[in-house]
Amino acid sequence: MSQSHPLPRWADVLLMPVVNLAIALLAAGLVVALIGQSPREVMVMLVQGAFGTPRGLSYTLYYATSFIFTGLAVAVAFHGGLFNIGAEGQAILGGLGTGLVALWLSSRLPAPILLPLMLLAGAFFGMVWAAVPAYLQAYRGSHVVITTIMFNFLASALLGYLLVNTLRAPGGMSVESVPFGPAAHLPGMHELLAGLGIAWPSSPLNISLFLALLAAGGVYLLLWHSRAGYRLRAVGASAGAAAYAGIHPKRQVILAMGLSGALAGMVGMNEIAGVNGKLLLDFVGGAGFTGIAVAVMGRNHPVGIVLASLLFGALFQGGAEVSMEVQGFSRDMVVMLQGFIVLFSGAMAYVISPWVGTLIHWATRKPRAATSAAVAKTAGGTHG
Amino acid sequence: MTTLPPSLPAAATDASVAVRMVDINKRFGSVQANADVSLSVRAGTVHGLVGENGAGKSTLMSVLYGFYGADSGHIEVFGQPARIRHAQDAIALGLGMVHQHFMLVETLSVIANVMLGAEPHVLLKRADALVRERLQALMASTGLRVDLDAIVGDLSVGDRQRLEILKTLYRGAKILILDEPTAVLTPQETEALFKVLARLREQGTTIILITHKLKEVMRLCDHVTVMRGGRVVHESAIAQASVQGLAEAMVGRQVNIGRPSDRHTQPGEVLLQAEGLTVRDAMQVTRLHGLSLNLRAGEIVGVAGVSGNGQSELLEVLSGLRAPQAGRLALAGESFEDGRWLDPRAARRLGLAHVPEDRHARAMVMSFAAWESAVLGYEGLPEYSGRGWMRHGRMRAATEAMMERFDVRPRAPRLGSAKFSGGNQQKLVLAREIGQAPRVLLVGQPTRGVDIGAIEFIHAQLRALRDAGCALLVVSSELDEILALADRVLVMNEGRITGELPIDECSEARIGLLMVETHEVAA
Amino acid sequence: MDEALIGAMIASTLRVATPLILGALAGLLAERSGVIDIGLEGKMLFAGFAAAAVGAVSGSVVLALLLAMVAGVALSLLHGYACVSHRGDQVVSGMAIDLIAAGLTVVLGIAWFHQGGQTPPVGDAVRLHPLWPGAQAALQGVPFVGAILGDGLLSHNIMVYLALALVGAVWWLLYRTRFGLRLRAVGENPHMVDAAGVSVLRLRYAALTLNGMLCGLAGSYLVLAQSSSFAPNMTAGRGFMALAAMIFGNWRPVPALWACLLFGFLDAAAIRLQGVSLPGLGEVPVQAIQALPYLLTVILLAGFVGRSVAPVALGQPYVKER
Repeated sequence: MSQSHPLPRWADVLLMPVVNLAIALLAAGLVVALIGQSPREVMVMLVQGAFGTPRGLSYTLYYATSFIFTGLAVAVAFHGGLFNIGAEGQAILGGLGTGLVALWLSSRLPAPILLPLMLLAGAFFGMVWAAVPAYLQAYRGSHVVITTIMFNFLASALLGYLLVNTLRAPGGMSVESVPFGPAAHLPGMHELLAGLGIAWPSSPLNISLFLALLAAGGVYLLLWHSRAGYRLRAVGASAGAAAYAGIHPKRQVILAMGLSGALAGMVGMNEIAGVNGKLLLDFVGGAGFTGIAVAVMGRNHPVGIVLASLLFGALFQGGAEVSMEVQGFSRDMVVMLQGFIVLFSGAMAYVISPWVGTLIHWATRKPRAATSAAVAKTAGGTHG
Repeated sequence: MTTLPPSLPAAATDASVAVRMVDINKRFGSVQANADVSLSVRAGTVHGLVGENGAGKSTLMSVLYGFYGADSGHIEVFGQPARIRHAQDAIALGLGMVHQHFMLVETLSVIANVMLGAEPHVLLKRADALVRERLQALMASTGLRVDLDAIVGDLSVGDRQRLEILKTLYRGAKILILDEPTAVLTPQETEALFKVLARLREQGTTIILITHKLKEVMRLCDHVTVMRGGRVVHESAIAQASVQGLAEAMVGRQVNIGRPSDRHTQPGEVLLQAEGLTVRDAMQVTRLHGLSLNLRAGEIVGVAGVSGNGQSELLEVLSGLRAPQAGRLALAGESFEDGRWLDPRAARRLGLAHVPEDRHARAMVMSFAAWESAVLGYEGLPEYSGRGWMRHGRMRAATEAMMERFDVRPRAPRLGSAKFSGGNQQKLVLAREIGQAPRVLLVGQPTRGVDIGAIEFIHAQLRALRDAGCALLVVSSELDEILALADRVLVMNEGRITGELPIDECSEARIGLLMVETHEVAA
Repeated sequence: MDEALIGAMIASTLRVATPLILGALAGLLAERSGVIDIGLEGKMLFAGFAAAAVGAVSGSVVLALLLAMVAGVALSLLHGYACVSHRGDQVVSGMAIDLIAAGLTVVLGIAWFHQGGQTPPVGDAVRLHPLWPGAQAALQGVPFVGAILGDGLLSHNIMVYLALALVGAVWWLLYRTRFGLRLRAVGENPHMVDAAGVSVLRLRYAALTLNGMLCGLAGSYLVLAQSSSFAPNMTAGRGFMALAAMIFGNWRPVPALWACLLFGFLDAAAIRLQGVSLPGLGEVPVQAIQALPYLLTVILLAGFVGRSVAPVALGQPYVKER
């Protein structure tokens, strides 16, 4: 528990995620070996499957898109001092909102007007689903972690109810809605590239990837360059200092969670508008929870989140490929790895950081003059 | 300094001395909290340990009770040498301590709190019966009465304190250390406590009373030791002491007192007027009793007094961090009442700036960069942000200017706030607040944790601000500082202003007495 | 009303509530000591897998139960290591355990049994059977109480009765023993407990160990009494429902029992009410009933129905300050 050598800033932001990933991979590798596979072979196949082919790469990026949204959502909440476990439910509601607008208006409005409306609806629905628990936390003292977990279940129930009873396509066997009109469809990346004269295999990857990257940029600008972001971070960092500055903590809690929910709600654009073209059950598929792993790994910074999302997208896609090739391997390996990453980056961070800090201290001890200069130079601000 | 009676003769038979601490030294970083402190407490007596904040009395008792180890010196309890490394060792030797902040579990009953950790049986029913019996006996013999089955959360402060005393007696304490016991009690509860302490003394319990309330000391104690600056400055039997003498010993200075005010002009108009400020805390203990004051342009008003007597609450109310239960405030032409009070943003808008006492939890955000902390509270100003976006360039430039002006080192706006030393942090906070050219400046503990060189600088800045026409209120537990800075001194005790003196009429004796003056409630 | 229906409802309620009761008791012990436990779901899942795997391979119900409890305890201690011995975030750690368990159980299942994550069904000897198999038939003829007693109360396996008994046992432990007193104190004011000379760490680890054992029982119930083999993600949110029941019961054993019974009843009712129209409300959607436990918990937490009083020090890592 003693932390005699605190981590320098650069190590905290860059080195620790790598260290945590390495340890998580080690743990997962042990399990792989335990069940009789070769960890190295599995790794190679995984990387190949994720990046080796255009189709694989597309799938990787498609998965990453949803993770960017949910990762940003969790990170924004963390900056505001809250743990948003409800990204899964907020993503469900977002998809519902997007889908409802699509069902209602896809035959009446052209795409350039309809698509932004769908996006707004998705974000709005997600925002509301997060704002209610936030309000309960701020004004009634209900622990936001518990209420958001409950809201996840409520979201599933709501979606299930609507799909089964109101929205179900008549005559169909599966629980899904009528397909949307073409106006409600986000162009796939292969379509976009074909328009530019590049041949690309068809895949679920669609232009919502750009939306995700834009969102990442937007979150960065908001958190570190806007007044609202400053206040949000102040409340999350020090409620006492924020009160001193005249910032209302309760209001900020709701704003932070609202923004968080809105970001999670954008998953609907990827999954509903981009890929499926209709409402169905379980289109989020755990992305809300992966978002937590992504935010934790990415140190709650948009750049880290994009990279971590790419990593997890690769794991999911690579994992799918491996499970097709290797007997006895399944996607659940990735879920497990995800768990290890959350464990080591998140919960065990206090166990590992001191060790790394001590190691760095020993490694950089010798050249004294050079070290102090290096420390002064690298002692950067709180953001990139 | 007036002459004081000589100290106790060193020879007293071992067994009759409950506690003997010899040449205790304790250093925290650069601060020598205890320097060659010796204390001798006779068994079966009430011994007062008196001094201002930072005098070293709490440290000394923490050493005795095992929270810290002394750097050097030794301790004897009832004549036997004692090695006290944890509170458990102290308890085993018969020491018991009642802290200022109670250590109780609010959801459990009184009897559960008493027995926790020392339960006589694994099964609670049996344990309960055994403990109850013992406690009934204790309560009968000491006159301490508490409802054993009451839930602590429902108890008054006085009852909780009785519970704490009961806890120590239950564990066989023969030497009771009480840390500022009457700080949170009403006058009636104080009377009740005194009766209990007298009874305990009759039964041979030794009591050490840490306090700054000299009238209580004169009433209750048999002997008194006064500490100042980490050393013992006076020791005598109560019979040979007087409140005046003790106050002087407690407060005595070697700096010039009664210095003429060094301001250049007469104080100007009243910029802030507060009337009837009453604040009650979460436990319904009154922290400010209808306090009134005003601040004039071109004047430094210093608030002297032992910490914990309402100074913090006063600053919170005047800066808008907290709304009082009753009171009125007039500031820059606007008036506020307890239903609709000032808030920090309005305060800033009206030209009131505040340097908080708590640097870490209020004045700065430790995880932010220095330049981000340097705009805390002002991030909405047009020079710093436009249409919702913050102007980083300007903020950083402003921070650099602040650092330049107040000699904050290192001159690195991007460095994390936590990486600066205490003194540099304080200078940055002051630079930020003074930089807004406020009309009224509230300052809490301006030089706490600040090195000597920076102290002079900070004082000079405050004086310069005053000369420019600002009204300043400086709260400090360091009397030195008040006497060096103030033009007018308000002395606070127990949530009231006990006296107001222009600086040239201040003397140790007068201020010392005002600091310990209590408000007698008509019976 | 039809007694057979009442009897069947009671039976259903108790059967569904049993894992919830065990889970809620587990969560209660941990949280009363000040440690948030979101990992109930993962621990139950892992324990279920252990029971299924060991049961299928060894054919011994005792061994299956034992190893299920070991599995639960292992994860609880991991949680303790991260959060109690070190200052790890308790919510994150609980989540990590859920994820790890979800993945690991399937990975091991596929590797060991090659059935896509399912385990082979455990033998009949390993399964739990009704304690009084003849009771239901024997009481059938008795008017009024026959079905209620026979079907509703006496037709269950030992685990159901054990769960009910454990409610009493946990109550007794918490309120009638020294350990219980200290446990309750450490969740409210760990500083006070530390100052009184009692080890905060040891208390919390003890609570977590009991928590792990109870999760072990909960998980093994699912396999040994309900379905006979492990299937991926078979806990299906029961861990979270147990958490909700614990909160609904205000972190007290007997109210938590009522909450579990209520949730169990709702589950039993959901199936029976499908397609049935209630007067004035129309057809009750099954999702609404499924969502009720969660909705009720939110309503309680929002303070609209009574007050939710969590242990004061819940979720705060204990750091000795000096």
